Amino acid sequence: MTTDAERPLLRVRDLKTHFTLKAGGLFSGTRKVLKAVDGVSFDLAPGEVLGIVGESGCGKSTVGRTLTRLEDATGGTAEFDGQEMLSLSKADFRPLRREIQMIFQDPFASLNPRLTIEQTLSEPVRIHGLETTREAIRERIARTLTQVGLDPKVMSRHPHEFSGGQRQRIGIARVMIVEPKLVIADEAVSALDVSIQAQVLNLIKDLQTESGISMLFISHDLGVVRHICDRVAVMYLGRIVETAPRATLFSAPSHPYTKLLLASIPRIRPGRVAAEDRGEPASAAAPPPGCPFHPRCGLATDICRSERPLPVDLGNGQFSACHHAGNQQGEAA
Amino acid sequence: MTPNATVQWFATGRRIFRGRWLATLGLAWLVLVVLAAVFAPLIVPYDPLEIDPVARLTEPGAAHFFGTDHFGRDTFSRSIYGARMAIVIGLGSVVVALLVGGLTGMISAYFTRLGAFLMRVVDVLMAFPALLLALVLMTILERSVMNTVLVIGIVYATTTARILFGMTLKLKNEVFIDAAVCSGAGHASVLFRHILPNLISPLLVQASFIFAFAQLQAAALDFLGLGLPPEVPSWGNMLSESRIYVTRAPWLLLFPGALIILSVFSMNLVGDALRDSIDPRFKNDIKGV
Repeated sequence: MTTDAERPLLRVRDLKTHFTLKAGGLFSGTRKVLKAVDGVSFDLAPGEVLGIVGESGCGKSTVGRTLTRLEDATGGTAEFDGQEMLSLSKADFRPLRREIQMIFQDPFASLNPRLTIEQTLSEPVRIHGLETTREAIRERIARTLTQVGLDPKVMSRHPHEFSGGQRQRIGIARVMIVEPKLVIADEAVSALDVSIQAQVLNLIKDLQTESGISMLFISHDLGVVRHICDRVAVMYLGRIVETAPRATLFSAPSHPYTKLLLASIPRIRPGRVAAEDRGEPASAAAPPPGCPFHPRCGLATDICRSERPLPVDLGNGQFSACHHAGNQQGEAA
Repeated sequence: MTPNATVQWFATGRRIFRGRWLATLGLAWLVLVVLAAVFAPLIVPYDPLEIDPVARLTEPGAAHFFGTDHFGRDTFSRSIYGARMAIVIGLGSVVVALLVGGLTGMISAYFTRLGAFLMRVVDVLMAFPALLLALVLMTILERSVMNTVLVIGIVYATTTARILFGMTLKLKNEVFIDAAVCSGAGHASVLFRHILPNLISPLLVQASFIFAFAQLQAAALDFLGLGLPPEVPSWGNMLSESRIYVTRAPWLLLFPGALIILSVFSMNLVGDALRDSIDPRFKNDIKGV
């Protein structure tokens, strides 16, 4: 783990992001701590696409927002290219903003309605000093717009003149224009029409392959994740419960929660019975003791109710945070 | 302005005022007032400060359209110059209120810790009735055009701060602000490049109302002898000076009073039209108003 080729681009260890919730009156309010992200660790190799999946509220988006410093981390470390970045001051982090970019979920909310596309796209170029003259900036914008499949002529328009898919392409252009090393895509296609999803997804995949960027692909949609990711991490209540290469995760999931997720993918198959689910995830403000998944788990035993499981190495890059991992491989989900 | 921009400007104007004949009339009146203010020296038959003891308290007639006051000064000429003061006071107060109040509101919403303090100051100022606050400040300061503008501006800066505080609070949580931060935008860029342009519409509406209210405040201050210096021909001062002659020369009250009422009413009508075109929630049930 010393040479540049082997060193992960992003190395996250025990990342914690907690939010303080205030409830009650002006003076006598009670404070609750919501542990949105509670001890997440993973590595991301250069050029790799890591998917983070989980139900809504599991903290997957918060992981992305913390790594872009939109939220403050409560604890843990994140090394980007060998440099610890969570403890940097906002000013010292600024140069890294060029390297770490984010694609947002809602293309209707992520573009300033008052700015033209040119104004929006020129901002990062100017801030990071990538081009100096007005002509060079315009040329770079035109090039990037072509790259994402838009006509460079559209740069004088405002966001309301575009469709959702086109807007998301503009959002992708804003990311690609600074040539980042790491892109965090937070539900990048889930707000789009299904027919448009595939186009935008292919665009993201193509751009990623061409430029060799590392990507953190956050999604609740396993089908989308299967299409684009090299490796997948499954999150539940602020923790990663299973990490595995894509093929392994979909063919031989280990963690009961992963199995539940896979069984929940809607399929058209006559006579198929929907997956059995024992209720909803517990609140991240009051997680159950032991394994957070035990109230919903069919395999739960006494140890699950008292002790928090640690990730177990199952070989071939598969890790599962389950007390029963490894000794129940053959069981059907 | 390019021809294209001019066309667009007219189109927007037509959209705002179409079907609102009262607001259109108000706008027409305001245009008249502005023209009178700009071309005052060309319009007036007499110097507004010229004293003519022989002609004092002359009734309105061919020589003096609006009559003369107790110094024999021509009321019509003074009224036209009064339009100048009205515009100066209105614009000045708007600039002060929007600058001071707008910045306070935006900065308070953006930097929450500083805002918690700043907005309490605003709350304290808002606890005083507008006129009382203006009176207190004017008693401390000297009577001058500048100070009147400052005081009225500060009084209306409080409401502006409140409104912009709320709107900025909402705007700063928009996803496009997060996106701007990810692009590397700093505080100043986020505030003035991303938040401010989204506040232009409410600022415009706010400006139109402050302009109108400033007229009333200025007139009230003048009337109480705390506004503009007495020799300045303003509608409020004219009212103030003429009140002891109200039985002998009622025209001295009638003309400046009517001018104040018409102008403030017009400004409010235009302000309403602007607000309705921007915020459909307030749309009037009464057609044409």
